[in-house]
Amino acid sequence: MSISVQRITKQFDDYVALRDVSVDVAKGSLTALLGPSGSGKSTLLRIVAGLETADQGSVFIDGEDVTKRPPQERGVGFVFQHYAAFKHKTVYDNVAFGLKIRKRPKAEIAERVNKLLKLVQLEGLAKRYPAQLSGGQRQRMGLARALAIDPSVLLLDEPFGALDARVRAELREWLRRLHDETHTTTVIVTHDQEEAMEVADEVAVMSSGTIEQVGSPRDVYERPANEFVMQFVGQAHRHGDAFVRPHDFEILLMPAESAAEVMIERIVHLGFEVRVELIRMDGEKVWAQVTRDRCEELELEEGQIIYIRALSERVFA
Amino acid sequence: MGRLTLRWVALGYLGLILVGPIAMMVWRTAEDLDGAWAAITEPDTIAAFKLTLLVAGIAVVVNTVFGIVCALVIVRGNIRGRGFLNAFIDLPLSLSPVVVGFSLVVLYGLNGWFSWFQTNGYEILFATPSIVLATIFVTLPFVAREVVPTLREIGTEQEQAAHTLGASGWQTFWRITLPSIRWAVVYGVVLTAARAIGEYGAVAIVSGNIVGETQTATLRVDDAYQFAYGNYAPAYGISFVLAATAIVVLVLMIVVQPKESRH
Repeated sequence: MSISVQRITKQFDDYVALRDVSVDVAKGSLTALLGPSGSGKSTLLRIVAGLETADQGSVFIDGEDVTKRPPQERGVGFVFQHYAAFKHKTVYDNVAFGLKIRKRPKAEIAERVNKLLKLVQLEGLAKRYPAQLSGGQRQRMGLARALAIDPSVLLLDEPFGALDARVRAELREWLRRLHDETHTTTVIVTHDQEEAMEVADEVAVMSSGTIEQVGSPRDVYERPANEFVMQFVGQAHRHGDAFVRPHDFEILLMPAESAAEVMIERIVHLGFEVRVELIRMDGEKVWAQVTRDRCEELELEEGQIIYIRALSERVFA
Repeated sequence: MGRLTLRWVALGYLGLILVGPIAMMVWRTAEDLDGAWAAITEPDTIAAFKLTLLVAGIAVVVNTVFGIVCALVIVRGNIRGRGFLNAFIDLPLSLSPVVVGFSLVVLYGLNGWFSWFQTNGYEILFATPSIVLATIFVTLPFVAREVVPTLREIGTEQEQAAHTLGASGWQTFWRITLPSIRWAVVYGVVLTAARAIGEYGAVAIVSGNIVGETQTATLRVDDAYQFAYGNYAPAYGISFVLAATAIVVLVLMIVVQPKESRH
C-alpha cells in the first residue's frame, strides 16, 4: 500500500469532518475520493498531505508513519483547486521552486523543469507570470510544480473544479494519460461522479465524514453498497421499495405484469440518448433513458400514457 | 458637466490646502537662495539633518520588522488577543504626539518606573534614545496597517503549496510571503520614514532641543522661525529640504510601482 489512512477522526469546532475513516490506496493506482461538498473528502486529502492534522488516527505513506511529520517532510505533490500559483514568480520559477529548495545544481533544475514544461505543454510560456496564463494553463503549471519534486504520491484537490467544462474534460483525459506514463500513486478529490468514473481506477465514495464504499468505477456503479452510493454515483429513482437506474426502465405501450402506468410529461432529445420524463399515478416524477432509435420506434409523444417496468433494480435493507 | 465641476472642486481643494503653502515656501526660498544655502550648510543644520536621518532610519528598521510580525499575528495567528492587538496598534494615530512625549518624560524621568536608566548614567531623556523612542511610538502602525490587508488578500494557499514542495516556515516567509507583500511593506516604510522625518511634537518634549546635539531638522525649522529676527531665509531653506525629500520619495514611488504591479 502506498497510502494507508487508519482510523482518522477530525473535528472543526462543533462540526465532525471525518469519523473513524480508514482507506488504503494501492501503489501506482489512481484513486478518486468522490462525495458531495461537506463529505470530508478534501479534509482527508489535506490530512494525508499534512496541511491539516487529524485529531485521532494515523497516516502511512510507503509504509512509513508520517502522522506527525510536517508537510515539507512528506514528499507529496499537492495540486490546489485554485492553483495556488506563486504570483510573483514566472512559470519556470514556479516549477523550479521545490528543486531550488532542495538545492539541486542549476543545470539539473533547468533540465528537469524544461522536461516537465514540455510534458504539460507549457514550453513556450516559461517566462510568463501566472496572471498571463489561462486557468487550464495555470493548473497544468500547478501539476508540473507538484511533479518536479518527484513525489511519492500526487494529491489533487478538486483540480479541475474552477475550469470550464471543455477544458475540464481535456485536462481529465490528459491526467489519465500522464498517470499511465508516470504511474505515480495519485489521489484526486472530486464531487463530479463522471470525473471520478472517467479518470480513476478506484473510487472511494464518501458522505458525511465516512467512506461508504471503495471499489472500481464499475463496481460502485453496478453494485452500490447502499442507497447513498446508488443515488450519488449515477442516477437512480425510487420505484416501489427498490432503486432503478433510468436506463433500466423498459418502456411498454400496453399494460403488463409488474409494469407501472405513467404519463409522458416531456421528451428531451440529448443527441444519441433521449430522456423521457414521466409522472407516475402517485404523482411521483421519474425519467427513463432510451436511445433515439428506440424512442422513434415506439413513437413516443408527450401526454401519452405508457407502462414502465424495471429490468434491473436494487433493494437496500 | 457634473464630473467636470467635481474635478475642479477636487483640484481647487488640493491647490488651496496642499500646493499653496508649499509653493509659497519654495518661492520665498528662491528669493534669498544664498541665505537659504548658508543656513542649510551650517554645521548645526547638518547635525540636525544627520540626527533626523539616524532617528528615522532606526524607526523604519524597528517598525518594519515589528509591523510585519504584528500583521502576521493579526492575520494568521490563532492566539487570543489578536483582536486587542489589532485595535491597540492604532493608538499612536489617535494619541496626540505631545502626550506621547510627555508620557516618555514621566516614564524615564526621576520618579518614573524606568528612572533607573537616568540615575545610572544611561542618558535616555534629552538625548538620542528618547528621540528614537518617541519616533518609534508615533510611527508604529504604518507598516502593519499597510501589510494586514495585503496578507488577507493573498491568503494561505501559496504558503501551503510552498510547504508541500519542501519549504520550511522560514524559507516560505522569505521566498513566498515577503515577496507577495513587498509593495505593502514599501508603502509602509515610506509612510513611516515620512512621519519619522516630520515628527515634531513628541520629539520637542523629550529631546531638550540642544543645538548641534539633540535638535532634529523639524526642531531646527521651528528655532529658525522663532528666532528669525526678520531673517526667515534659514527657516525657508531647511523647510524646503524637508518638503523636497517628501516630494522626491512620492515621485519615486509612482515611477517604480506600476511596472511591478502589472504581474
